[in-house]
Amino acid sequence: MPELLITIITIAIVVGAIPGVCNYLILLERKLSAWMQDRVGPNRVGPLGLLQPLADGVKLLLKEEVIPPHVDRVLFLIAPGISVFTALLAFAVVPFGPVGVDGAPGFLRFIIAPGIDIGLVFIFAVGSLAVYGIVLGGWASNNKYSALGALRASAQVVSYEIPLGMSVLGIALMSGTVNLEEIMQQQIAGGFAAWNIWFQPLAALLFFTASLAEANRLPFDLAECEQELVGGWHTEYSALKWALFFLGEYTHMITISFLTSILFLGGWHLPGIAEPDSAYPLAWLVKMLVLMGKAFFFICMMIMLRWTIPRFRFDQLMELAWRVMIPLSLANLLMVMFVRHFELSNWWMLPGSAALFAAWGMISASLREAERRARPGYVRRKKVEAHHDGHAAGHAAAH
Amino acid sequence: MSETKRKKHVRWVEEPELGFWESTFVPAIMQGLKTTLKHVVDRKPVTQQFPEVKPELPLHYRGVHRLNRDEQDRVKCVACMMCATACPARCITIEAQAAPPEWPDRDKFPKSFVLDELRCIYCGMCEEACPVDAIELTHIYDLTGESRSDLMYDREKLLGVFDRTKNDPRDPVRTGRGKLGPASEFVQLPAVGPATTVPVSDRSAKSETAGVIRTTGREGQQ
Repeated sequence: MPELLITIITIAIVVGAIPGVCNYLILLERKLSAWMQDRVGPNRVGPLGLLQPLADGVKLLLKEEVIPPHVDRVLFLIAPGISVFTALLAFAVVPFGPVGVDGAPGFLRFIIAPGIDIGLVFIFAVGSLAVYGIVLGGWASNNKYSALGALRASAQVVSYEIPLGMSVLGIALMSGTVNLEEIMQQQIAGGFAAWNIWFQPLAALLFFTASLAEANRLPFDLAECEQELVGGWHTEYSALKWALFFLGEYTHMITISFLTSILFLGGWHLPGIAEPDSAYPLAWLVKMLVLMGKAFFFICMMIMLRWTIPRFRFDQLMELAWRVMIPLSLANLLMVMFVRHFELSNWWMLPGSAALFAAWGMISASLREAERRARPGYVRRKKVEAHHDGHAAGHAAAH
Repeated sequence: MSETKRKKHVRWVEEPELGFWESTFVPAIMQGLKTTLKHVVDRKPVTQQFPEVKPELPLHYRGVHRLNRDEQDRVKCVACMMCATACPARCITIEAQAAPPEWPDRDKFPKSFVLDELRCIYCGMCEEACPVDAIELTHIYDLTGESRSDLMYDREKLLGVFDRTKNDPRDPVRTGRGKLGPASEFVQLPAVGPATTVPVSDRSAKSETAGVIRTTGREGQQ
């Protein structure tokens, strides 16, 4: 089949599937959050509320699109488009199934642009363009809340871009490539023990955390926090334009989840079930489902995290990026360099990561102590004898 | 208050110290995830499926008003303006008229009695104020209307509410004709169950007045 036709089919599949998947992710998020809060969740449209996304979509299509008179019309209209465009563009180099595996139907390639040697760099380059959607949207709205939200978003994305990129540099050094298919292939060839998570657990943690911040997900959603900023940068948006922003955000989530599973969890490899030499019928389908299952796990994780931890304060957010995550990701990179240069076993990186993690704890503990000392009215804490009968345990205040 | 006095009264409380593991966030987040996951897996929703399942309202629920009728089906109200005066939202408008001579028990009756259900805050002050127990709040909570004027309840509408609710066991006609209001029937005001528990040291718990929260919190056994 001609290359062009396959590409067009793949693009059609991806562009067709992503809005639907995003819609159902929103349903999943609403259901999960409802269950966590001992509620029922959407259950009116269709059995178990399964048609709710359709109803939402129809509602958003038919809703009145309000464009306030005080906005900068051109930028206001472009911004949601940039958001979706960049999010979808980043997905172009993400393999969402077993690329180059025998047995898969010819028209299915599982990646829009195969063999991109700058895969990772491309994703980060395009992914950080997404902040233009937010900044332009917030600025064009000509509204204090939107502007504040956009400012926060840009500061946050700029800060978290660094640990995000730095944490995967270690993997690039280890595998000697930034081609995503290549990185996946190397882990699969090496088997379960070659999954990057064993050598780069800290990087995985940093990557996942930083990408939450990149996607403006809680606990890092200061750009749109409802309690302070109404809706943040999308305060003035309604109907389909608002939906486009959401589509961008959820696409970003999907991309991140696929990236995390490809970079750290061995892509479609699952010992015993999806090995490179497993040749049972429909093996390609199982492999695709394994990769999607891993991505789904991370998406669920993000949703769970959203409803578990409260939002960071802005200075805490910046502190986490600049004083903890950036030094740690740098140190992690240095560690990989060290191991590679002296040609030590890759397994040295596991205790190294643990040591760096301990450093994380110590850095943030000492930061907190320093902050406490700087407070007005600080009194050095007295040692409090623990009362074993459970009384008066909290009387830590010095006279 | 002088500076020293203030210092004596202000107690500086510091947040509990975070140790190494708390500072890494990871165990705390895992613990939180465990809690949320527990709720996802073992969920006991308390949600009521509203249109199918009607809520069980407390007996003192204050819903839509009604104007009671006496045993001769006349409006009980004597247009004394007590409710309109007591109303903090000023939603009651009464126009009085001299009672006809065949009604010797009263001077006036309401020619028009309009209650704006949209302005009303459902505090029940009108019910408290009424000397003849003519106005009462019922259990009707799902009040809807297609326009604002639909919800300006006039005398006939309010009497209609009475006709609809007089046989409902949740909305008994609380007094008989000729008696004073319900407040007169109590020698001592009944204690109202507390909405929340308060510690013994709380001001409201120390009060000797009847009808006021007197409860035992956790520290009650001291």
